[in-house]
Amino acid sequence: MTRPPATTGRPRTRHLAAGTVLLAALAAGSLFVGVSGLTPAGVLDGRPEEVRVLLESRLPRLLAVLLAGTAMSVAGLIMMHITGNRFVSPATAGTNESAAFGVLVATLFAGGQALFVKMSVAVLFALVGTFFFMWILRRLTFRDMILVPLVGLMFGAVVSAATMFVAYRADLLQTLGAWTSGDFSGVLRGRYELLWIAGAVTVLGYLYADRFTVAGMGRTFAVNLGVRYDRVVNTGLVLTAVITAVVVSTVGEIPFVSLIVPNLVTLVLGDNLRHALPATALAGALFVLVCDIAGRLIRFPYEIPVSTVIGVVGSVVFLTLLLRGGKRMGLR
Amino acid sequence: MIEIRDVTKRYDGTTVLDRVSLTIEPGGVTSVIGPNGAGKSTLLSIVSRLAPADGGTVTVDGLDVAATPGEVLARRLAVLRQENHMPVRLTVRELVAFGRFPHSGGRLTPADLALVDEAIAYFELEPLADRHLDQLSGGQRQRAYVAMVLCQDTDYVLLDEPLNNLDMRHAVQMMRRVRRMADDYGKTVVLVMHDINFASCHSDTIIAMKDGAVAAQGPTARMMTPEVLGPVYGLDIDVHELGGSRIGVYFS
Amino acid sequence: MNLTNMLNAPKAGIRTPEAVRRERRVLLVLAGLAVAAVAGFCFIGLVGNWEYALGIRTRKVAAMVVVGTAIAVSSVLFQTVTGNLILTPGIMGFDQLFVLVQTLIVFLFGALALTSADPRLLFAGQVAAMVLFAGGLYRSLFGRDRKDLFVLVLAGIVFGTLFGSLSSLAARLINPNDFVVLQDSLFAGFNQVDPSLLGLSAVVVAATAVWTARLSSRLDVVALGRDYALNLGVGHASVVNQALVVVAVLVSVATALVGPLTFLGLLAANLARQLTGAFRHGLLLPAAALLSVVVLAGGQTLLERVFGMNTALSVIINFAGGAYFIALLIRETRR
Repeated sequence: MTRPPATTGRPRTRHLAAGTVLLAALAAGSLFVGVSGLTPAGVLDGRPEEVRVLLESRLPRLLAVLLAGTAMSVAGLIMMHITGNRFVSPATAGTNESAAFGVLVATLFAGGQALFVKMSVAVLFALVGTFFFMWILRRLTFRDMILVPLVGLMFGAVVSAATMFVAYRADLLQTLGAWTSGDFSGVLRGRYELLWIAGAVTVLGYLYADRFTVAGMGRTFAVNLGVRYDRVVNTGLVLTAVITAVVVSTVGEIPFVSLIVPNLVTLVLGDNLRHALPATALAGALFVLVCDIAGRLIRFPYEIPVSTVIGVVGSVVFLTLLLRGGKRMGLR
Repeated sequence: MIEIRDVTKRYDGTTVLDRVSLTIEPGGVTSVIGPNGAGKSTLLSIVSRLAPADGGTVTVDGLDVAATPGEVLARRLAVLRQENHMPVRLTVRELVAFGRFPHSGGRLTPADLALVDEAIAYFELEPLADRHLDQLSGGQRQRAYVAMVLCQDTDYVLLDEPLNNLDMRHAVQMMRRVRRMADDYGKTVVLVMHDINFASCHSDTIIAMKDGAVAAQGPTARMMTPEVLGPVYGLDIDVHELGGSRIGVYFS
Repeated sequence: MNLTNMLNAPKAGIRTPEAVRRERRVLLVLAGLAVAAVAGFCFIGLVGNWEYALGIRTRKVAAMVVVGTAIAVSSVLFQTVTGNLILTPGIMGFDQLFVLVQTLIVFLFGALALTSADPRLLFAGQVAAMVLFAGGLYRSLFGRDRKDLFVLVLAGIVFGTLFGSLSSLAARLINPNDFVVLQDSLFAGFNQVDPSLLGLSAVVVAATAVWTARLSSRLDVVALGRDYALNLGVGHASVVNQALVVVAVLVSVATALVGPLTFLGLLAANLARQLTGAFRHGLLLPAAALLSVVVLAGGQTLLERVFGMNTALSVIINFAGGAYFIALLIRETRR
């Protein structure tokens, strides 16, 4: 990365603990936000109706939010390291869009198949899309800090257009809308469990953290330290593609999270992945949870999909980083 | 005559120009010299109304530059800044022809065309006239820009570091042409100069600036002395008479 | 954009005879293609109750001409005043901004305002709001301190995303059950053009085209950059302000008629710059407008009548436009 922030280092344990407590409180609170009246007292009394709502809907939803938020943020962090560019993430490299394309194709050719099949196809597409993007990158004569994510965004737009084209021809536009806008309102028990795969992959990412950090310093640096650069980069790309595809095929595209959460975290903590990763995971879960709760409350009893809320918040944060980030982001 | 009265300019609280007052008489070449950050370019921008002043007035032949309509001033005074990035792709001739815009808007008369050709010939740009600017070397491009300013046919010509990016040969050629613009066409040329010796060899008057104020002003011979130059640059500068010019030596 | 006037005024001596011939040729070819595309759209495969079908087709193709011209002219103008040749109002989400303004009016004043108010007055209000927003955005992004070209483009794109998200948020707040509204605004449609708006739009576009034509030589100077424009005595701020108003009006008209068409402007403006090799707006503007009509009418004709597809043209334009944009970005780095 271009420039280490002024304050680098280990996240204070105190801050991590405070974040965890906050997350736990919000998580507990989120269980009782919804149309069917669920009260802590009722659950503790073991009223069957309320326990059923809790176990069938609220708890799965909470877990989905936490898993998706964590996994997407960590995927973003990994991608930002292996591409050596702060603004490259699954949200700005066409990975999200490629995964959505995959889900559509799977639906077309294997209509009623299990979610697992859709997910596998999505993983495949996300991989192809991501590696294609990396191929375009290698074609660029110079890798401008901003140009790379710009190309990525446009690549995503092109993939989206292709997806739309297919969906339009197959009359699947309405269905497509469901994946392109991430939403947790449909999460029920039995329909989110694949997200645990994303969780597992995230843990894998943590085990690889040091190597990603080294890769982030560039090929020469990595080779000098005896790290097999290409292999680390490819591993990272596969991890991010899998995480993205799992999230897109279960809850839909969640914009910006993978971009802004790692950026905000590393702005404070610096780029050592082993330190930044747990904080990013925590912050990602917190961010998506807050946005999901907000989406549920803004127009109660109706729900605003989390992707819409994050679309607004995320673009404002990203614009601030871009236009006011200045030196700290290595922009000027 | 360019009259600068009490001109002040601030950027983010720092005073770049502090109540600068100057008179530049018509005719001849005047060079503005001084260390980095002295406020030379800022002063030039204000005189040419590219930047507004925070206080004070500038008049050119009695016209207040802040109040005179742009097109009126554009027929009296032409300016060329240092950095010349052009977003559009133009040929040399197209660029030079823009110099006629203040006189005839978008529609060129035969007289305008004659002037365009003259300016191109004056800067020996004929072989390059139909080439695009991005196909030229830095020195050629600089010549094309100055040709445009000449083609504007104004009494006053303001150039900010015209020798930027030029090698020695092209720099000398540029200065000779600038000199002749004053001698042959009777223009008043004001230059912001980095190199004191080029300023010495080709200008009639020198204005030395330091810390946002005028440190000294006078005929070149009187300005090119260790006593004047030393304090301006904070450097010991020997001045020698060489080939009829006064040369400052400060390299060791 | 007086075509004959422009063809007859070669400004001898400034451009080489080859350049002049090339410009004329490109313009004539484009004009021919545009006429062919319009005629093709109207007449190919016309059977049965042809009078009725022709009426519908004429209305559609008229909308294409109006919208195509509006988008092309606004894109060229925007590129000129920002000095940024890879950004257009469409990519920056100005059309989304218009949708947002529309939604916000409903949000603030209720649906009643939309139905009871004089539509012309309402449109004027929306355009006024657009002018304000667009002006503010211009100042915040393209103001005095120069930022990197790519930062501006990226910021522009993210602004587009922001406007899009804000309008879907507002739409959901107004009417949580009605997601169809959202779906509709995603696709540009020439099928549901409001005939009562079409006439008004044509008049507005024609008027702004005349206005732009009168600005055209000063736009040439503004395209050189602020310092050059000031040196040459052109009121830079005044021309920029006028151009921004024109851009806001044209984007509003186009979006009100058919909805967002993100990449059409980029294709039309940049292809026109490439094909003509010209910087003069007297040539650039009509060339871009013609190209835009060719893309819309020609593309729709090919899709519907030749390939028998009922795919929204906007999807294909976005596909091609996105790819073209990447190519432009890559070319920009090779400079």
